[in-house]
Amino acid sequence: MSKIHFAAKLKRQLLFDWIFHKVTWFFTFVVFALLAALIGSLLIGSMPAIKAFGFDFLFSADWNPVTEKFGALVPIVGTLITSIIALSIGIPVSFGIALFLTELSPPWLRRPLGTAIELLAGIPSIIYGMWGLFVFAPLFAQYIQPWLQDTLGQVPGISFLFEGSFMGIGMLTAGIILAIMVIPFIAAVMRDVFEIVPPMLKESAYAFGATTWEVIWYVVLPYTKIGVVGAIMLGLGRALGETMAVTFVIGNAHQLHASLFMPGNSIASALANEFTEADGELYTSALIELGLILFFITFVVLAFSKILLVQLKKREGTAT
Amino acid sequence: MIPIYTRRRIVNAINLTFSILAMVFGLFWLFWILFTLFEKGLGGISIAIFTQMTPAPGSTGGLLNAIVGSLAMVTLATLIGTPVGIMAGTYLAEYGQRGWLAPVTRFINDILLSAPSIVIGLFVYTVYVAKMGHFSGWAGALALSLIVIPVVVRTTEDMLRLIPDSLREAAAALGAPQWKIVTLVTWRASRVGIMTGVLLAIARISGETAPLLFTALNNQFWNADMNQPMANLPVVIFQFAMSPYENWQELAWTGALLITLSVLGLNIAARFFLRKQALVN
Repeated sequence: MSKIHFAAKLKRQLLFDWIFHKVTWFFTFVVFALLAALIGSLLIGSMPAIKAFGFDFLFSADWNPVTEKFGALVPIVGTLITSIIALSIGIPVSFGIALFLTELSPPWLRRPLGTAIELLAGIPSIIYGMWGLFVFAPLFAQYIQPWLQDTLGQVPGISFLFEGSFMGIGMLTAGIILAIMVIPFIAAVMRDVFEIVPPMLKESAYAFGATTWEVIWYVVLPYTKIGVVGAIMLGLGRALGETMAVTFVIGNAHQLHASLFMPGNSIASALANEFTEADGELYTSALIELGLILFFITFVVLAFSKILLVQLKKREGTAT
Repeated sequence: MIPIYTRRRIVNAINLTFSILAMVFGLFWLFWILFTLFEKGLGGISIAIFTQMTPAPGSTGGLLNAIVGSLAMVTLATLIGTPVGIMAGTYLAEYGQRGWLAPVTRFINDILLSAPSIVIGLFVYTVYVAKMGHFSGWAGALALSLIVIPVVVRTTEDMLRLIPDSLREAAAALGAPQWKIVTLVTWRASRVGIMTGVLLAIARISGETAPLLFTALNNQFWNADMNQPMANLPVVIFQFAMSPYENWQELAWTGALLITLSVLGLNIAARFFLRKQALVN
């Protein structure tokens, strides 16, 4: 009697086990399917534009809703240039911050300063945008832009980058605001990466009489270089897809200019500005194709970053 | 010729100074931005902000409909995203050692975690808004929930992995079936950590603007119908800040201060809970 009872109980528990396993599996599959659905829907949505323009879409600088001629060159170039500016400012600064947090800071300051940097990452991007437009841009136009033109603008070869009037908004401003945004992301990952260096390695170098800088340059960096590149890629992924901060300050003009002082456009800000106002199937579809291109670029960058960071973790397990 | 020892010390000093300057540089922006927000937004905070609707240009008003709309959409998005995220995270941590789904999903989830949020908005637009034919609060909540999911998946998996296997084995040795081990032992042991993930996700979506632009859109009037375009703080801030009207811009600053304070508050709360979880482990 009781034996049968126990067998039934066991069976029921096994059934529950099976159900629980399948339910969690199902939700994991939902997450997996999300990506497929995302790519699929963007592809379907951009079909009319792909059919109409083909590969020329990528290389055409046209953007005329009236004649329905669309090309992605201006926003793609804008996205890349602003991201490059952001990284060239952001990488050295984030490196300095990560270095300070891991090697220099007194232990009692480490947590509050780390938290402060992470809070900088928490500020919504629209706030950066507003602040950039109303506070930073006027000061930038009044003081920094004339100074840049007088100094870097006089250097032959790169003077064309700093031509034009001082409007405050434009590609350079967008790049700088982006830099402020990605610094905390890159710095936080770099700090985590630096922290995995075994203390033994660093102490050995110190024992040989190396200076702090030499320990960082010859021990910490070589040990973590894969992770550092991963952190940079992560920051690049953020910078490429950032919408609101850029939309406020880039100027939103579908024009190609050599000068960084001139307004431009990025993929994300073109979408934010034009999508709800787009009429006509082809216009909407061209914008969706822009989104698809953006997703493709960030996907590649983020996947690359992820692979590098995983590799570093693997090495951490074996090489020590 | 400077002796090599001196040169090494000089290089060291220069680079370490640079590092300190970089730290100051990073903090400088944080304080400048916070200062600006208080300077321009604090003056606008009054009872009217929480009791009146967004005004027409030139007249007075508040942000009530935007605040309520944001709260409604963030709540719904959290309610949709959290269970999905926790279940998927549980699968990755507890059953993720075998099979093809777990490693692939882990990879995809990390990509979704940093994917441009405006693309999420486009996605919800094409699969939901375009099919229904109108913008709606539901679409906004759906877009936000897609941002919640990867954050919760990630923290749930990380937190569950911190639970020592001996705890699971102890439960198994007592004859507990796997589902009971997960729900009664590991979930319980990591619940503070999982909650932190949810808090971080809420902090992340409270300030998100891009995915709401093509989904919830905006609504100047009071609206409690989730099937209609819905006002929300970020989009109101965007529209009002870009407008030429002074009273709109002032409201935008006040809204910006409110959003930033709540997001930073959530972040600090999450950190507090995370430390509590670390103590438990």
